[in-house]
Parts: sequence; structure tokens; C-alpha cells
Amino acid sequence: MANLTELKVGQRAIIKEYHSFLPHIKLLEMGCLPGNTVELVQIAPLNDPIYINVNGSHIAIRKSTAAKIEIELL
Amino acid sequence: MSKTINVALIGNPNTGKTSVFNSLTGLNQKVGNYPGITVEKKIGSCKLSNGIKAQILDLPGTYSLNTTSLDESVVVELLMNKKDSLYPDVAVVVSDVENLKRNLLLFTQIKDLKIPSILVINMADQMPRKGISIDVELLEKQLDTKIAVVSTRKGEGIEKIKDLIAAYDTLSNSPNTDVSVIDPTYFERLKTVFPKEDIYKLWLVITQDVNFTSIEKKSLDRLTSFQTKKKEELKKLQHRETVLRYQFINGVLKESYKVDYPSAKGLRASLDKILMHKIFGYVIFFAILLLIFQAIFEWSSYPSDWIDEQFAFVSDWIKNTLPPGILTNLLSEGIITGIGGIAVFIPQIAFLFLFISILEESGYMSRVVFLMDKLMRPFGLSGKSVVPLISGTACAIPAVMATRTIENWKERLITILVVPFTTCSARLPVYLILIALVIPEGTFLGISFKALTLFLLYLIGFAMALFSAMALNKMLKIRSRSFFMIEMPTYRLPLFKNVFYTVVEKTKSFVFGAGKIILAISIILWFLGSYGYSENFKNAEEIVSQRIEENGLNDYSKNYIKKNLLNYSENKGQPTGSIPNPLKITPEQDSLRILNNQLFERAKNQEIASYKLEHSFIGYAGKAIEPIVKPLGYDWKIGIAVITSFAAREVFVGTLATIYSVGNDEEETIKNRMAAELNDKGKPLFNLASGVSLMLFYAFAMQCMSTLAIVKRETNSWKWPLIQLIFMSLFAYVVAMSAYQILS
Ligand SMILES: Nc1nc2c(ncn2[C@@H]2O[C@H](COP(=O)(O)OP(=O)(O)OP(=O)(O)O)[C@@H](O)[C@H]2O)c(=O)[nH]1
Ligand SMILES: [Mg+2]
Repeated sequence: MANLTELKVGQRAIIKEYHSFLPHIKLLEMGCLPGNTVELVQIAPLNDPIYINVNGSHIAIRKSTAAKIEIELL
Repeated sequence: MSKTINVALIGNPNTGKTSVFNSLTGLNQKVGNYPGITVEKKIGSCKLSNGIKAQILDLPGTYSLNTTSLDESVVVELLMNKKDSLYPDVAVVVSDVENLKRNLLLFTQIKDLKIPSILVINMADQMPRKGISIDVELLEKQLDTKIAVVSTRKGEGIEKIKDLIAAYDTLSNSPNTDVSVIDPTYFERLKTVFPKEDIYKLWLVITQDVNFTSIEKKSLDRLTSFQTKKKEELKKLQHRETVLRYQFINGVLKESYKVDYPSAKGLRASLDKILMHKIFGYVIFFAILLLIFQAIFEWSSYPSDWIDEQFAFVSDWIKNTLPPGILTNLLSEGIITGIGGIAVFIPQIAFLFLFISILEESGYMSRVVFLMDKLMRPFGLSGKSVVPLISGTACAIPAVMATRTIENWKERLITILVVPFTTCSARLPVYLILIALVIPEGTFLGISFKALTLFLLYLIGFAMALFSAMALNKMLKIRSRSFFMIEMPTYRLPLFKNVFYTVVEKTKSFVFGAGKIILAISIILWFLGSYGYSENFKNAEEIVSQRIEENGLNDYSKNYIKKNLLNYSENKGQPTGSIPNPLKITPEQDSLRILNNQLFERAKNQEIASYKLEHSFIGYAGKAIEPIVKPLGYDWKIGIAVITSFAAREVFVGTLATIYSVGNDEEETIKNRMAAELNDKGKPLFNLASGVSLMLFYAFAMQCMSTLAIVKRETNSWKWPLIQLIFMSLFAYVVAMSAYQILS
């Protein structure tokens, strides 16, 4: 089972249904919804946070959050 | 017919709401390319074509009506309270063309509140570059609204907004979606219990944690008894609501919004690669910080010196034009010099704001947050704390306000509590004058001791901020959900106009703000220093004259006469002998004798004046506090200056100028006057020990009432500002005392 932290820079994936974990409402609103495409744009120099493009929104989130988002590689 | 309607500008952060606001109202509120520039509401007005006056409200950006940080709840609180005098007749939802999809989420929520709404699609100038095309007519129909496509940069479409607002009563106010489909049975029950209430509004009251005190209390009370859903279930429902809205939006945009992807990337990607590179990222960040320091301390010295000269000129002119006396002294030495002492910092302040504003406008600030987040976490801070800490070097007040964008309450509180440690611009005048007085000439690795000292003081401020953050992080038992998210805006070329206005506005408010306080304090101090009630004060002249007759002049005066005579004869090329034989007196020697007499008179008046000062109101007040400041190496005059600088730190210099000018008839700059002050051992009062002690005191003390007030407002209690005040002042006192005792 892959999660968002396992993406490589430039790789894209699809967000899977959320089961046990419900992300912060703000993430959903930014477009982190099941079925949407997410791309890892960059990882911060100290490995955290990460910078993603999801559904056209460019946002940075911490790895602890990203680890809970399951994805399917494209 | 003069009717006023309320217009609220609502939208995601960084979409250009304030830019639209400025275009509509002609005002110059601060604009910047960082999500969260506006953190509180601002009001302006605008005349519409049909004679209606529109009161325009600029609001902080919010991604949705589900609020998670303080700046966002400002919006929800307003929209939930129909009785609020600012409750909008029209909501103008400002979105940027690139992120239209996400912006529409908020739009549908506003629509569902049944507020007549207009959609502004801003930054239309970006459409060709990003390959975006929009079928406006179709979109209007699908969203059941009116749309203005606008570019505030190019000034296009502003008239269209005004026309749409003017026709506000023709706008549809029917909702876009029906939230009740996310859980029909639950909403059916809600409807039966609250038949009169609007369903989406109820839903917000149930789910939002914001301060709803102003909303109809009754319905809220009934709600609490109704609340049958658990937090977790509500969250699931909110999740479903978001999905529902996006389904609607995707359907809408499918036909009317087209993006030609290949042309979309480009600049952002390549700049991000460099600016957030593993090594270069930090190198560039620190290079920028160094550049800022260089500008503040080197480049600005030229205009600073020029300003200094102008004030000296005015001060001299007043002295020579007005009749001599204590009032002239107050004006020329107290007030003018005091204000001049602040005005010389205009270039520094302007540079500081120039850089901060360019960093914000370009979109770089968000990258700094990204770079620094991991580094700040061990201190209980987040990457978002870096922005307040940087802007704290200008002033703590906007810095404390800027913490509003931090979602996590604990991180936010810690940031607020430690921000006052950063060296704000008001401390600069104090540092610079003390450094000039007590730090010796000389260089270390090619950098002057003086510059190095200043750099160290900045460093100490930051280090102390981080250190106390770490301590607070351990001590504070606040549990709050750790969540961090920041949008990375596109890079933009800073707009000259925006940067320019920010710099001008900030500099103006610095000068006038400080100027007013200095003026007021100078006058009060002058009064307190020129009057007294004791017998000693009233009979000062006799007492001092008698003392001089018996014991002669004091050391300071003797020194003063000797120095002047020496000066005089050196210029004349005359040897200074002892008192010359009156029978063989030459014209030069005669003039020397006259000068001697004049100097004696002056010195005597001087002694009377300072005796008076010591026994004036302020003298007694000063003497009362002297025991407290004595261990730090200060005399009562410095003590008074330290206390008055609680109004604003830079007042320190002005206070000393006023006190010295009351007790002194000489034409001298404050710096020279400070250099000439002696302590009770007959050594200069401002020496290395007392100077360092003062600097350290200023580095750590919680000062300036305005900061205290803003912390009170932002933390909503007196507890935190008082803790801050007591802890920081005690700490400053102890450090300053230790420094003095060790160095002296
Ligand atoms: N290209 C372009 N940039 C714009 C336009 N309008 C505003 N901007 C830029 O967008 C950025 C954000 O503008 P603001 O007016 O501060 O946005 P805001 O919505 O008030 O932002 P917050 O107060 O942080 O929520 C600034 O850098 C502006 O210069 C426009 O029409 N075209
Ligand atoms: Mg704004």
C-alpha cells in the first residue's frame, strides 16, 4: 500500500478512498479528494515538508500528514 | 437619494481582494503575494453610477467557510450575523483565474447562505500565458450569478464590478447546492426542529468552532440540546459536503473553463528548483538576509547623515533666532533633536520595509516557510513563524498580527510570546547611540567593533527568541492538533506601486507615531523638570551661589572652563600660564581673563540649573527610582529615560535630550552631552559597563505599550502579556545587572 511520501519528485498518482483516516478539512478543500491526481513537485532540503500539486493547487504539507494519504501510482 | 449598501470582498487568500479593494476605493491597503497579508477587516467606500454609496469591506482570505485559523473566522462571524452593521447586501467573491476550481468551493458556500453574490475572476492578464479560456456567459448561467473578468494590474474590469454592484437588487440569491443530500434523515430532523432557520447556516453553526456569541443565542441553545452527532461523524459529513461541492463545480467547469496544459508550467518550476535547492536554497536565503543588513547599516548611512545635518541646522537656527531661554532650549534641543533622533532612521526603516515588501510581493516568503519549517519545529514553532520573526525586525506589532495565519494555537501562542525578542527598528536608535558612545574603535577580521556589536545584538535577540520558544514548548501544556499547510503562490514581478505604497505608508506611520509620543513626552518631561515644590528648588540660586563661594566650582565645571580656555589659547597660539600679572597684561591675556569670567558665569548658571533639575518634580521621581537602576550602572536620568521609553523605545534618546536640555545651557548634540556626563566617581557615566548593561536591557526587556496591547488583543487575555512583561523585564534586569557588575 503506497502513501504520498513514497512518491518521487515529478511522479504522479491518484488519491485513494479514505478509510480509517479522515484528513484535515482544509486538505480536502484544497483538492486532496479521492480520485484526484497528485504530483510531487519538490521535497524540502531537510526532507520535510513536501510540496505537491493536487488538482491545480500548489501546496506544502508535512510528511506526517502525507503519510496518511494513500495513493495509487500512475 | 443617498443610499448606502454594504459590499463584502470575500475570497481565497492571495486572489487579489485587497487589490480590488484599492481599485474600488482609491485607498492603499497593503497588498502582497503571500497568503495571509490581510488579517483583519478594512473598510472603504466607493460611489456607484446610480448614486448609491457602497461601503466596501476588505476581508482576510479564506479557503472555505469551514474555518481553521483566526483570520478566517473573521469572515464566518460576519456572514453568520445578520444583525452586524457590516452584514453584506452583496458579496463580491474574488477568485484568481488560475485556481478558479478551488475558488468556486467558497463561492458555492456563499451562495448557499443566500447572499446575493457576484463572482470576480481576477488576474485575467494571466490567461494567455497560462492557456486559459473561459465561456463567461455559460458560467454565469450555470452558477446563477453575474461575473466580472478583471485585471487589477491592468486596471481592467473595475467599472464592470461597480455596475454589477449597482444592480445588486437584480442578483439571484438562490443556492447552488443543497447540503441536505449528504445526510437526508439528519437534515430532515433539523428542518423540523428549526423550521424558520436556513439549513446551511444551521449546519455551519453546528460544525464551526468560531466565536458565535453575537449570533442569535437562542437558536444556539436549542441546538446544543439537539446535537446528536459525534465530532467524528460531523467530520465525515463535512467531507461529504466538500465532495458534493466539487462534483457540482467539476460539472460546471467542464464546459466553460478550458486550460491548455503544456503552456501552463515554466517559470515556477525552474525558479522553485533553484530557490529551494538543498544547498543553494539556504545560501540564497542567508545571502538575502545579509543584503538586507548591509542595506540597513551601510547604504542608509548616507541619507541618514544628511537628515542629521538638516536637523542640526534647524536646531541651530532656532537657537540663534528665538530669544534665549528655557523654552527655546526645549524646542531646539528637546523636541527638534528628539524628533531628529528618530528621523535619521527613516532610511533604515524604508530599506527594511522595501525588502520585506519585495520578498512578499515576489512570492518568496512562502518558499522561506517551506525551507524553514523543519528547522523551526524543535523550537515548537512552524515554518510560518519565520515570517513574523522576520517582520519583527521592523516592528513587533504587525509581526504579532501576522501570526494569525498559523493554524496551530500552541505554535501561534509561542510565536506571539517570543516575537518581542527580535530586534525591532525602534531599538536601533538606542543601540546606535550607545554603540557610538561606548564601543571602542578597532576592527576584527576587517569588520568594525561597532558593526559587530550591532550584529551580535540582533543575533542575541533571535537566539533568545528561539531559546524561549523551546522552553515554552516544554512548559506549555496545550494540546492542539498539529496541522500545517501553506499554499505556494506563483512567482510574480513585484509591482512597483504596491511596494512603493507599503514603504511610504509604513515609514510615515513610524515617524508620525514616534514623533507624536516624543513630542508629548518631551513637553511633560520639560514641565516636570522645570518646576518643583521643595524649598531647595525655590532657593536654588542662593544655595548654589553660597556653595560656590565656599567651596568653589565643582569638578565638572572646572574641567569645562579649563578645556575651553585651552581651546581658545591653542587657536590663538598663546601659552596658557597661570593667572597673568595684571600690570603686564597684553590684549590677548585680557581677553583670556574676560573669557574666564564669562565661563565662570556660565558654569555657575549651569550648576544652578542642574541643582534645580535635581530638585524638580522629575528629579525627585528619578531619585526615588535610582536605587533600582543603580545596580545596573544607571543614574536617575537614565532611569527616567528607560521608564519613558516604555511608551516606545526610541523615546529613550528624546528623553535624555529633553532632560539634558533643561539642565543645560550649552549648544551640544545629545551624543556629546551624553559623553560629558559623569558618574559619582567622576568618570564618564556612559562607559563600557553601563553602556553594555543598557544595550542588554533593551535587548531583552518587554517594552512598548503597543506591543503589550496587541498581545492582549491577539491572545484574548491579560494573562499572556503580563507573563511576558514580568518575565522579560526581570530577565532583562538580571542580565543587565550581571553585565554591569562583571564589566565594571
Ligand atoms: N498578475 C496579476 N497579479 C495580481 C492582480 N491583482 C493582484 N495581483 C497580485 O496578487 C497578489 C495578491 O494580491 P492581494 O490584493 O494582496 O490579495 P488578497 O486576496 O488581498 O490576499 P490576502 O489578503 O493575503 O488574502 C499580489 O502580489 C498582487 O500584486 C492581477 O490582476 N494580475
Ligand atoms: Mg488582502
